[in-house]
Amino acid sequence: MFEINQISVFLSNKAGRIADICEILGSSNIDLVALSVADTESYGVLRIITDNNEKAASVLRANGFIISSTDVLAVEIPNEPGALAEVLKSFDNEGISIEYIYAFVGASGSSARIIIRVNDNEKGIAALRKTGAGIITREEIESK
Amino acid sequence: MNYWNKQMECMETAERRKLQSERLRDVVRRVYDNVPAYRRKMDEKGISPDDISGIDDITKLPFTLKTDLRDNYPFGMFAKPVSELARIHASSGTTGKQTVVGYTSGDLDIWAECVARGLVSCGVTSESMIHVAYGYGLFTGGLGLHDGAEKLGCAVVPASSGNTARQVTLIEDFQPDAICCTPSYALFLAEELRKKGRTPDDISLKVGIFGAEPWSEAMRVDLEKNLGIKACDIYGLSEIMGPGVACECEYRNGMHIQEDHFIVEVIDPVTEKPVAPGESGELVFTTITKEGFPLIRYRTRDISRIIYEKCECGRTTARLVKPSGRSDDMLIIRGVNVFPSQVETALMDVGGTSPYYLIYVDRIDNHDVMEVQVEMNESFFSDKISDINTLESAIKARLASLLGLSVKVKLVEPGTLPRFEGKAKHVVDSRKI
Repeated sequence: MFEINQISVFLSNKAGRIADICEILGSSNIDLVALSVADTESYGVLRIITDNNEKAASVLRANGFIISSTDVLAVEIPNEPGALAEVLKSFDNEGISIEYIYAFVGASGSSARIIIRVNDNEKGIAALRKTGAGIITREEIESK
Repeated sequence: MNYWNKQMECMETAERRKLQSERLRDVVRRVYDNVPAYRRKMDEKGISPDDISGIDDITKLPFTLKTDLRDNYPFGMFAKPVSELARIHASSGTTGKQTVVGYTSGDLDIWAECVARGLVSCGVTSESMIHVAYGYGLFTGGLGLHDGAEKLGCAVVPASSGNTARQVTLIEDFQPDAICCTPSYALFLAEELRKKGRTPDDISLKVGIFGAEPWSEAMRVDLEKNLGIKACDIYGLSEIMGPGVACECEYRNGMHIQEDHFIVEVIDPVTEKPVAPGESGELVFTTITKEGFPLIRYRTRDISRIIYEKCECGRTTARLVKPSGRSDDMLIIRGVNVFPSQVETALMDVGGTSPYYLIYVDRIDNHDVMEVQVEMNESFFSDKISDINTLESAIKARLASLLGLSVKVKLVEPGTLPRFEGKAKHVVDSRKI
């Protein structure tokens, strides 16, 4: 599966909420693979990818959080100047718009791993194939 | 159509006015003779009981204010000595002293009669099991509904308020047909039932009788959908009697006022003159049968209007439209009158949030600021900030158009705003004026 599942968590803008979530996931033995926080003046949205999103969703819900599940793309690119630009340009060429983008937790030396949320996953995958960028599959993340 | 007391509920208007006139004359005489505070006020106005020959003379009488009750705390306004009373209730005073009300056994009987009429008009029968989740105690909600339901012949479950987990179990295990509580608590119970996997179809409840706080039509829709019930409004103030002064019928187009026991007037709160029939204003009640604690022209601070036409249900009693708010609850923000119920309506209109909200008011640099905090609902939550911003803007726009005021909106996590088992509190006003 070339689409990666992402969980978004709604957060009131108050201290300690992200720590709370990390603790809940940690104590359920769920590993964070990637995360980003988007915040506004009054609230935030934490987006996470874990090695077991299904379990993550259910423990977070059980703790009273509201969550939303979205499929996004994950791509592995060379860890060198201009590599990301090339991928993004290919999206632009195909008329695919990017909602947001963030990086994996802990990149390895020679490559960087990026999460991209586009308006059309199918077109996004096709564009990535053309650039030859390495698409990270759901299985790879779950078997980590 | 079922009636509890067809003769009184469907009486010809002219005949009812005659009855009201007789009873008004009687109560005025009783308070003049037995309550020094009334005698003093009437003497000051130069009015004697002989000047009141019928209902049209009611406007000659002085108003009674909540401060009169406080000034005569606790029993100074009672028309009967405590030895002749059967019960005493008190309402929570937000500031200062509580308001104390006393009932003779005859008063309790009339109260139960009024509640029974209301329950029957909502579709409750003597075969019904009714779960009463209003607080039992000094508050009139619990015992008031209890006595009425018992008089009607229901199996009453006196759950009282609190311990929501147990309430949910009682509802699941006993399978009651009807429930009475505050509308906000009913929504909370619905939420808890849903969490336990109950759907509106497998919740046994068929009718809910909700009151003690203002609630919107949008909230009615929510209650009906979430609990699979018909949601009816019941009205009453402990000063007047308690719940049951007026109650909706199955047509739910205004609450039928038990006019053989209460006379309602609608006045302009500023000029104190009656408004034209059907127009909105402050509700003023006179109790014409109560013995222990009769009230003459009591200013309720509730803002509403009256429908005088005969109802489809056959009852001829005047109907009280859901009060749009209480002038006590009214906030004045930058000179604009705001009722919490308007905020609730705006939130429900837009959707995407839960029924839990809190209004914060403060004055910063001599400027009133109002912020509405409301709990985000999972079904509207998306990973995209732009979607949430759209929801926030939609709420802001709806509030602006309903209130005529720009308001800050803050979406918060579910379960973070306070839940109330009794009357919900929706306003935190920190202005220092």
